[in-house]
Amino acid sequence: MRPSIEVDRLTKRFGATPALDDISFTAGKGELFGFIGPDGAGKTTLFRILTTLLLPDSGTCRVEGYDVVKDYRQIRNICGYMPGKFSLYQDLTVEENLRFFATIFGTTIRENYDLVKDIYRHIEPFKHRKAGQLSGGMKQKLALSCAMIHKPEVLFLDEPTTGVDAVSRQEFWEMLRRLKEAGITILVSTPYMDEAGLCDRVALIQSGRLMTVSAPAEVITGYPLALAAVKAADIGILLHALRGYPGIHSAHAFGQTAHASFREGSVDLEALATFLEKGPAGRAEIARIEPTIEDCFMELMDKPGGMVK
Amino acid sequence: MTAETQRRREDIIVVRDLVKKFGSFVANDHLNFEVKKGEIFGFLGANGAGKTTAIRILCGLSYPTSGKLTVAGFDVYTQREKVKRNIGYMSQRFSLYDDLTVFENIRFYGGIYGLRKQEIGERAHALMERLGFEDARDKLIRDIPLGWKQKLAFSVAMIHNPAIVFLDEPTGGVDPVTRRQFWDLIHEASRDGVTIFVTTHYMDEAEYCDRVSIMVDGKIAALDTPDNLKKQFGAESMNDVFIRLARP
Repeated sequence: MRPSIEVDRLTKRFGATPALDDISFTAGKGELFGFIGPDGAGKTTLFRILTTLLLPDSGTCRVEGYDVVKDYRQIRNICGYMPGKFSLYQDLTVEENLRFFATIFGTTIRENYDLVKDIYRHIEPFKHRKAGQLSGGMKQKLALSCAMIHKPEVLFLDEPTTGVDAVSRQEFWEMLRRLKEAGITILVSTPYMDEAGLCDRVALIQSGRLMTVSAPAEVITGYPLALAAVKAADIGILLHALRGYPGIHSAHAFGQTAHASFREGSVDLEALATFLEKGPAGRAEIARIEPTIEDCFMELMDKPGGMVK
Repeated sequence: MTAETQRRREDIIVVRDLVKKFGSFVANDHLNFEVKKGEIFGFLGANGAGKTTAIRILCGLSYPTSGKLTVAGFDVYTQREKVKRNIGYMSQRFSLYDDLTVFENIRFYGGIYGLRKQEIGERAHALMERLGFEDARDKLIRDIPLGWKQKLAFSVAMIHNPAIVFLDEPTGGVDPVTRRQFWDLIHEASRDGVTIFVTTHYMDEAEYCDRVSIMVDGKIAALDTPDNLKKQFGAESMNDVFIRLARP
């Protein structure tokens, strides 16, 4: 796969605060590449540099072979960008917004209609409604249509699913899979860990540093500890009891279940069950499980500087 | 909490036949529910289902079209100012001022909620001591870690000892560890008798609520404990329950 986005030792500071600290990665042509991390991790800064809206302090970044500093004009023609904050014209209608973006890129809605129709047809019945009056999910669909209407080679989507309900999020990811099939490189960021599994590869980012870059399945096989799901009557009491058990490395709530990881060489589920039953947590169901991306993220967060690359 | 203690607790929010129309559009279509004192009540729904409309009415920011509602014992038509004084509000998007210090934010919110200067001083001191923030008193909000900001935003929303606190997506965009720590705070407040009315798009968080209501197209489509909802819909998780209801 030839590279579409190449980032080499990129650093960006705001005052004394490093927003991006020496990050490097490559995304291949047609790859669906996810940046997973909380607010303030540096995702938006990275996207703004790659879309030529912000200059790097050091390091080099190329998009489709073009340098983000020298060749910013070329990059702007081949990129679609959906910022995290809704940035369309609220007082223009749905159709007027789409026509506006087509026109400034020297094209028409009709010319590229095929590319956006899967997404746009959901909101086309409301094409005369002002953009400001759309619901969250519909705004997202319009913003994606506008980012796509000039047939970009690379799409940058900055937290397209933040504040979007679980159903609309699922629909949005189905749309991204279809765009990927059209050969478009997609860089997408999200704070929702469960969306990582939908990407070809993911970068887990925290405090301006990449903790790991790999396929979601590899992130999971890279989890260094044994993990168990534990269920008891009260999750709060259970977590407290688990954290007091000598063999436990960490315990986190996942809904009504606790995920407990074991220090190396101490996986004895029966001993743990006996310990819990004697204490305030009482009888517990315990089963070995595969970690989720969220388990991996929390484990990586635990070690500052524990970067894979 | 057991079913028995649940029944004995008093209702702190009562909503009867709440209807809110915008022109011909019905945003809230005969909502009926009550929330108990000290309960953690999850208010879920798809985008555009009518959650924000209902929350604005419960906070005294908008009038219902019809229906009978009391919040903390006050009528939302005739006692809106009393409603506002007895509730707290926090959202992830807007809570603290980045360019004010920790203490300035506390003082500002204390003032907004009508506390006297001396009360503000006392409560600010107690609050910072409880959170272990004494050394951060004069730090700008933008310079403190996210986990601290969250704790502070939550405490500030309760600086006037409200009976109910409304949390509007309090954990959106927050890292997984901080998100879990925040729920520890919610449970602690609930144990102290504060009623928590919370919205979230994280379905694992729905499991931490005592009861959950799910809105679909302006109506409450389901309302029960997470366990009962999962049983009722034969679902493994609240995510499955949500998807089944919101995408029929």
